[in-house]
Amino acid sequence: MRTRTEPRFVRIMLVTTALVFLGIFLVLPLACVFHNAFAKGWGYYLGTLRHPDALAAMRMTMITALVAVPLNLVFGVAASWAIVKFDFKGRDFLLSLIDLPLSVSPVISGLVFVLFFGAQGVMGPWLTAHNIQILFAPPAIILATIFVTFPMVARELIPVMRAQGSEEEEAALTLGASGWKTFWRVTIPNIRWGILYGIILCNARAMGEFGAVSVVSGHIRGLTNTLPLHVEILYNEYQFTAAFAAASVLALLAIVTLIAKTFVEAAIRSGR
Amino acid sequence: MSRRFVQPSILPGFSLSLGFTVFYLSLIVLIPLSMLFVKTATLSLSGFWEVVTSARTLAAYRLSFGTALVSALVNAVFGLVVAWVLVRYSFPGKRIVDALVDFPLALPTAVAGIALTELYAPTGWVGRYLALVGIKGAFSPLGITIALTFIGLPFVVRTVQPVLEELDPQLEEAAASLGANRWQTLRKVVFPVIFPSLLTGFTLAFARAIGEYGSVIFIAGNMPMKTEIAPLLIMTKLEQYDYAGATAIAVGMLLISFVLLASGNFLQWHISKKLGKA
Repeated sequence: MRTRTEPRFVRIMLVTTALVFLGIFLVLPLACVFHNAFAKGWGYYLGTLRHPDALAAMRMTMITALVAVPLNLVFGVAASWAIVKFDFKGRDFLLSLIDLPLSVSPVISGLVFVLFFGAQGVMGPWLTAHNIQILFAPPAIILATIFVTFPMVARELIPVMRAQGSEEEEAALTLGASGWKTFWRVTIPNIRWGILYGIILCNARAMGEFGAVSVVSGHIRGLTNTLPLHVEILYNEYQFTAAFAAASVLALLAIVTLIAKTFVEAAIRSGR
Repeated sequence: MSRRFVQPSILPGFSLSLGFTVFYLSLIVLIPLSMLFVKTATLSLSGFWEVVTSARTLAAYRLSFGTALVSALVNAVFGLVVAWVLVRYSFPGKRIVDALVDFPLALPTAVAGIALTELYAPTGWVGRYLALVGIKGAFSPLGITIALTFIGLPFVVRTVQPVLEELDPQLEEAAASLGANRWQTLRKVVFPVIFPSLLTGFTLAFARAIGEYGSVIFIAGNMPMKTEIAPLLIMTKLEQYDYAGATAIAVGMLLISFVLLASGNFLQWHISKKLGKA
């Protein structure tokens, strides 16, 4: 049917437009990262990644993700259980509060922790008196990351759990299973792909967060630098190849994230 | 009509799950965010006004909101084309292209920032050709817009795509059999259906672009009054330990975005109501 689609040349033109647009905006930057990372060869590449500061930054990034992701996962499961399985007053309001961190600039997310823990902040004098360092130290980096990635598991889990419905849980409970048993044996297996999906997205953001972490970190080398901050420092010191080498690790993480995400999406679609 | 706080259900764990949710939400999000209000309350109104209306702050606001708007418009146009092509046509490598659309969400912003700077710098792969025709890519408002376009790219595609997939082909068939040509069908049948989602995607891309920091600071050049975005100005104030100034700029930014997004939502509600009637 000719009237149901566009003429051939229009189709080719639109496909070309889309591919050129994505090529310029997505493929070119990616190619640029790897091209610059290997500009001085493999030896140099591996050398910069084995540098103590780079290793310390990777460790800090891993620790941050290892704390932030599980906490937000527990929250995500609890929040989606309350929101999907029950009908209560203020549910929509709660949902929009959960989404708040996504609509705040990363710099403002960092700022609120400076206002909380900083020397002129609310907790500042008390913390100084008790000699506790939170700002410009790993705790603030972790807190800011938890804040920024806060809704990521809940947002992915709520639609999956909603699609699942409550019939299976109701059946289990009617047959005499306890609440926790129902949760572990019925709910968790049903939403396992949704959980994995949330973890993947939350982890990518936790490892890659820059703005919020940059505000609270104080940029102390080997101590409070995450991998994205390490990239920034190297770049600002004109160590471009080293900066791109560190960036290539993060770009690789992004590619792995996309691949994993595509597979899990397919599993969620077919697994219903 | 009085309604219970929670509708009865045989499922257990309501108090536990809601209690934990509210506790964790307060601890991680609400209490820290309330610091903005606590700090703002300590500012005098004239002090707040002075910071927010200083020439440097106004220039930063204008730049942030202006470049965010342009980048969201670019994404609305090209995002629509990408969504259309992904849903309606088949071409080799389509599944990879589809997965690639989410790349800006997965790539850490600092990495995007240095890669785009390298590309659009006067010596870069793209920048050198722009320089030939006298256009400055990196270190200019154009560079900022490019970075923001990268960041906002997935939003329009991912909001329009599912609506296009759900669109009933019978509508288009009916229009065609009633004698509409293809252009009329697209304009009068398809476009009204996807327009609300296009507006949502545009708003999301715009909102994300306003606050963006990591991908912009490298390519911006960061010249006060010229290429200094509002989030960077907050950062600068913080580095000078001017917490009050930083908070004032942040609150001003949040207020402007709130007004813009609220009017966007109103516009969307108005348009979809009108389209629903037509």
